[in-house]
Amino acid sequence: MQTLEIAGREFTSRLFMGTGKFSSNEIMKRAIEASGTQMVTVAMKRIELDDEQDDMLGHIMSPDICLLPNTSGVRDAEEAVFAAQMSREAFGTNWLKLEIHPDPRYLLPDSTETLKATEQLVKLGFNVLPYCQADPTLCKRLEEAGAAAVMPLGAPIGSNKGLRTRDFLQIIIEQSGVPVVVDAGIGAPSHAAEAMEMGASACLVNTAIAVAGDPVAMAVAFKQAVEAGRMAYEAGLGAVSDGMVAEASSPLTAFLLD
Amino acid sequence: MNVKVNGKEVSVQGTTLTDLIVQLALPQNGVAVAVDNKMIPRTQWSDYILREGLQIVVIKAACGG
Repeated sequence: MQTLEIAGREFTSRLFMGTGKFSSNEIMKRAIEASGTQMVTVAMKRIELDDEQDDMLGHIMSPDICLLPNTSGVRDAEEAVFAAQMSREAFGTNWLKLEIHPDPRYLLPDSTETLKATEQLVKLGFNVLPYCQADPTLCKRLEEAGAAAVMPLGAPIGSNKGLRTRDFLQIIIEQSGVPVVVDAGIGAPSHAAEAMEMGASACLVNTAIAVAGDPVAMAVAFKQAVEAGRMAYEAGLGAVSDGMVAEASSPLTAFLLD
Repeated sequence: MNVKVNGKEVSVQGTTLTDLIVQLALPQNGVAVAVDNKMIPRTQWSDYILREGLQIVVIKAACGG
């Protein structure tokens, strides 16, 4: 498989993982290891002064893993820039998953604010990977603004509904000059495989792994699905025939007399 | 002198941001501090003189996708 390059860093794994919703840090750590991922998202929260501090970062950090802090919780570009600066200070990285979703019901990204924030954050030296609508025009605008990759959604966050935006993802992949990471909505390994077969550069998966009956086994299933999908894309899929007419794959009469 | 840290009233014993971080036994790494919505780099904590009523936010990593 070809390696993936984003902002000058090479990735041999095309499965990116989120760290939300795991039942424990230990299971999260084992799932990350089993997935083979090299890109892992984290969020930020206010420290509770009275609570015992848990060390979730310690369960993720490894030289092979690129930390991708997100801006979850911000409502506009101004808050996103502030969150990004806090993130760079806390984690010592320029990598950033920009997500601006002011609507708590559907968690859909605000395209106007996302584009505005991308323009500002690129100038501040961040490697910006915006979570965005599966809007081909927007993705080109984000690319022009300097986004290191674009991360269009397959379906709403955590919905496990798969690639509801399939046709638009296809256009985005065809047009994009930067890597396309399908983020949100991927609920089963088959969804991830489908995205990769379409030519997506990577998939970002969280809920589907974290809430599985066996998250570690599911992480392996996603690893294999992403690899299979990518290999199929690179191998070149056969054309889909029009209509219902069959195309024989065996000679029909060669051993019979006419 | 009192300041608010993550919305909670704290009586400050020292004078600088570093004094406050030490007083609250907060980790020095993996965190970021903002005062009145402006991020203060850790290299400036020891010179940052606190004043009555400042709003201080301290964040750290959390699980998220």
